[in-house]
Amino acid sequence: MTKDGKFDFSRRSLLRAGAATGLVAATPTFFMRNAFGAEFRNNPGNASEVKLGFNVPQTGPYSEEGKDELRAFKLAVKHLNGEGDGGMLNTFTPSSLKGNGILGKKVSYATGDTQTKSDAARASAKRMIEKEQVLMISGGSSSGVAIAVQSLCQEEGVIFMAGLTHSNDTTGKDKRRYGFRHFFNAYMSGRALGPVLEKEYGKERRAYHLTADYTWGWTQEESMKDTTEQLGWQTVATVKTPVGAGDFSQYITPVLNSGADVLILNHYGKDMINSLTQAVQFGLRDRQANGKNFEIVVPLFSRLMAQGAGDAIKGILGSTNWNWSLQDEGSQAFVKSFGAEYGAPPSMAAHTCYVQTLLYANACEMAGTFYPPEVIKALEGFKFDGMGNGPTEYRAEDHQCFKDVLVVRGNQNPTSQFDLLQVVEQTPRSQVEYDWKIFGGELGPYKV
Amino acid sequence: MKNGTMNDLTRFAIFAGVVLAMPLWLEPLGANYPDLLQKFAIYGIFAIGFNILFGLTGYLSFGHAAFLGIGSYAAVWSFKLFTMNAIPAVIFGVLFAGLLAYVIGFLSLRRTGIYFSILTLAFAQMSYNLAYSVLTPITNGETGLQLSQQDPRIIDSLFVEAGAGLPSTNLFGMKMSGYPGFYFCAVMLIICFFISMRIFRSPFGLMLKGIKSNQNRMNYTGLNTRPYALTAFVISGMYAGLAGSLLAVTDPLAGAERMQWTASGEVVLMTILGGVGTLVGPMIGAGLIKYFENIFSAFNNNVLADIFSFLPDSVSEVVVSVLGLFVGSGWHLTLGLLFMVVVIFLPGGIMEGIDRVISKFRSSRQPVADNKTVSSQNQPGE
Amino acid sequence: MDAIFLQILNGLDKGAAYALIALGLTLVFGTLGIVNFAHGALFMLGAFCAVSLNKLMTLSTKVEDTSVTLFKAYKEQPYLEIWFPDMGHTLIEYSVPLSILLAIPVMILVGIAMERGLIKHFYKRAHADQILVTFGLAIVIQEVIKAYFGANPIPQTAPEILSGSADIGSWLGLGQNVVYPWWRIVYLLFSGVVIFGVFAFLQFTTYGMVVRAGMRDRETVGLLGINIERRFTLVFALATIVAGLAGVMYTPVLPPDYHMGMDFLVLSFVVVVVGGMGSLGGAVLAGFLLGIIQSFASMTEVKAVLPGIDQIVIYLVAVVILLVLPRGLMGRAGVMDD
Repeated sequence: MTKDGKFDFSRRSLLRAGAATGLVAATPTFFMRNAFGAEFRNNPGNASEVKLGFNVPQTGPYSEEGKDELRAFKLAVKHLNGEGDGGMLNTFTPSSLKGNGILGKKVSYATGDTQTKSDAARASAKRMIEKEQVLMISGGSSSGVAIAVQSLCQEEGVIFMAGLTHSNDTTGKDKRRYGFRHFFNAYMSGRALGPVLEKEYGKERRAYHLTADYTWGWTQEESMKDTTEQLGWQTVATVKTPVGAGDFSQYITPVLNSGADVLILNHYGKDMINSLTQAVQFGLRDRQANGKNFEIVVPLFSRLMAQGAGDAIKGILGSTNWNWSLQDEGSQAFVKSFGAEYGAPPSMAAHTCYVQTLLYANACEMAGTFYPPEVIKALEGFKFDGMGNGPTEYRAEDHQCFKDVLVVRGNQNPTSQFDLLQVVEQTPRSQVEYDWKIFGGELGPYKV
Repeated sequence: MKNGTMNDLTRFAIFAGVVLAMPLWLEPLGANYPDLLQKFAIYGIFAIGFNILFGLTGYLSFGHAAFLGIGSYAAVWSFKLFTMNAIPAVIFGVLFAGLLAYVIGFLSLRRTGIYFSILTLAFAQMSYNLAYSVLTPITNGETGLQLSQQDPRIIDSLFVEAGAGLPSTNLFGMKMSGYPGFYFCAVMLIICFFISMRIFRSPFGLMLKGIKSNQNRMNYTGLNTRPYALTAFVISGMYAGLAGSLLAVTDPLAGAERMQWTASGEVVLMTILGGVGTLVGPMIGAGLIKYFENIFSAFNNNVLADIFSFLPDSVSEVVVSVLGLFVGSGWHLTLGLLFMVVVIFLPGGIMEGIDRVISKFRSSRQPVADNKTVSSQNQPGE
Repeated sequence: MDAIFLQILNGLDKGAAYALIALGLTLVFGTLGIVNFAHGALFMLGAFCAVSLNKLMTLSTKVEDTSVTLFKAYKEQPYLEIWFPDMGHTLIEYSVPLSILLAIPVMILVGIAMERGLIKHFYKRAHADQILVTFGLAIVIQEVIKAYFGANPIPQTAPEILSGSADIGSWLGLGQNVVYPWWRIVYLLFSGVVIFGVFAFLQFTTYGMVVRAGMRDRETVGLLGINIERRFTLVFALATIVAGLAGVMYTPVLPPDYHMGMDFLVLSFVVVVVGGMGSLGGAVLAGFLLGIIQSFASMTEVKAVLPGIDQIVIYLVAVVILLVLPRGLMGRAGVMDD
């Protein structure tokens, strides 16, 4: 195509005719592939391999977390295929996994970049489904992306095993039949932190919230507010901060004059790093207010992210899904094989992704098929142990895992560069359970 | 101006053929799956529309993503409130984008040059920030606007009972995902290309080019250029709205990040990369960037290792580890390098490269003085 | 009252950061006519000078970490601390201010290399081409940093004595809640010095005079037989240094990561344009103005009236200013008008 349209090819018309004929000839097959090829999306049939799709942020602010998730996925695939030391395969009960892939088929994988954007994440997931023919998609490092990909997976009939997503909505108002979350949520964070906050800081406190101005931030704020007000705390103010504000000074100085004695930072990622670092610089932690020591609470703590805040995290309370210092057999087995492979302990994002992959594989084995409705039924209500966090259940009604939640504190005297968080309490599962009806939403049909 | 309607017609036919045959000739490039094909067509529309403003008038808008975003939101709301049919969604998307473009254009076109760019940028950033947070009841914020079981869908509910799952977008019964979705977008793209070509050739197009080459002189002749520029702005805003609504038609979700400045920047880059002021250049730029985003980001070391498995182990290990820096999580690096290389060596974008190759090819057979109508070199970007 | 005083301080502090970045950007605009989308990346490179120096000074030998029992892990002990126990520790503590010494030569080299190697060829090219090439360069710089340092922010600490906050309230007779971090005060003073230095250089040196003349009328200056090219190289290097220093000093406030330049890029363009193209004073003024306005818009009282105003206030103010004043606050006719 030249700009003046003077192609002097004698073959031109021929080419065009050829392309048109090819098109006409090819069109029906495009339509038919899905119509007759399989009774469900990407049925592996007699293939000797099955493919899983790992959709993680590889660029952008969460890419370090994404990298760690990808490491965990690769390790999980290795273990499923019977390579390496087996990791949690040895501790997971009741397990139907045999270490010979899934249903005897070798596991391979495709990767993609979500860029932490819903659009890019869905495009990447679609590529995996349409081109790579994956059977399951997992990963993600933020709730917006997880919810967007989850609803896509429902439409496409591919199972989505969510990675790091903490918003109540993922298994609340935006839950889907094809989506499963092992990670805990904002509500559970609040419930788990409650008793510890009471024990450490008493019943008479005045809390000031800084909240990231988007859906996750709001649900986190709501949960923390409910929990602390039940303890008898007063809420002085709840202030929304723009995502990616960078400099939070204009939100921190009003705290000084507010008469509050606790600052709750409903921030995650870079926002958390910046606001925490700066709050500590403003001397909040050295202050006395209302005759008490001023305290800062970060409801969702991640070790990988906490590194960015350096010394500022010391002594700060928060909650986390899992930490590598846990002493149970499953966690130890996982840390051991992850550490041997990569020279660093896994993050909580890595843990949840690893577990999710194993759980999906196990459900296929239990169902004896890759047919999603059967796999979903196998996962719903599945009770298991040996994957860290004690006995765990995938609740059938909302596809949320219930397990112990960790309350952690930034370590005052870390013994190694990885030893940033110290587990204060393992809040038992019964304390963080809730009625699934409170968040609304509908799972939708098994068959799509 | 040597090329008459006949040549344009030929060019149009070639364009249509190439677009419709994309599933065939993109196969060896690993890009022939519906989602990416749809994206090629949709972002092609976006870039072609952007080029009507930037390529013809020289006004560099840094806020076109706002129109893309509002197009998507309008389309999804049409799905939620009225019907899952694609046609009303597209109409609403174009309409709302046109309205927003009129307002923003009316204000921004009071300034020229970089002042204009920053005004459009500011409007788009405001739209994005509000959509992300305060306007959540309308936009569903970070999560993005989605369909739900509770949506009224007034028109659809008259005809069919709501099923158990979410309905899918359709064109009078034909599902708009997968290949049908692509062909729908492709037809839209071809129509858009045709309109854009007509605009380039029309007296209106000449007037716009006049604004680009010397606005002051045009004003001295007593002609008020602003209505022409505003028309171009609104048209290109409507193109963006169409692209946005097609994004929603093929995948019914509208996220705020579609309005972010990076998205506005992306269409600027697509247009410059392909060739400002050329008819098909922007489309090529759009395709290239989307190809990198979707295909290069998906390579991982395992895939690379498979590709280079024919090499001896030690060699392939080195090759894989070096190439690994440029794909997967490093795909941005490749994109950055591509931008630099293209703009350093091909000032007129990729279209100039294609021109060079063709004129070389042609001059080796029969030396012809090449009179280009829209030459990229002698038309500066602004 | 106290709250307002603090918000003014916040605004000045924020404004200082905007002004420093915008200053270099507008310098390059005004003199060289280059739209430099890589300017944010230069700011980020400055910040990573601090990270690198810190890394260099804490260059460590690996000691097996016995606290980790599940797999073999290593912890690090800096050579500097092994060789000179006390002195080394102090040096490491002061790594951020010391990085200024590293940043200046590094940024000069980067600036000269960039101008001679790339920017020079784009003086006569369309702005669109400049945008594409500098944006490409920014991505490349970013990705190289990311490949080496990772994507996570890397915390940098201010020296011990500057890490707390100053009790300004008691000095000025304000309430006891008026405290401000020492490092932010240092940052404010530092940017004042840098801004003053740049102005003094342009105002009182012959070199600066020629550059200013070149900003007004490049051709005539060239006709006078003055080698304007070489001076322009220096101007570019100057802009690079300013951006780099802004980056170095900002690290204790904002733990640097590879993307921090992009985060500031759009904002600094807005500041430059609101100030008026090619006007140094305008850029500084706009920087402080937008900083203060943003601080006030973030106050709870203001947000109660206008929800979400803090999200858009900068852009709103920019729109209003540009619609009222055609060339921003202090812009001159003819610079980047078309």
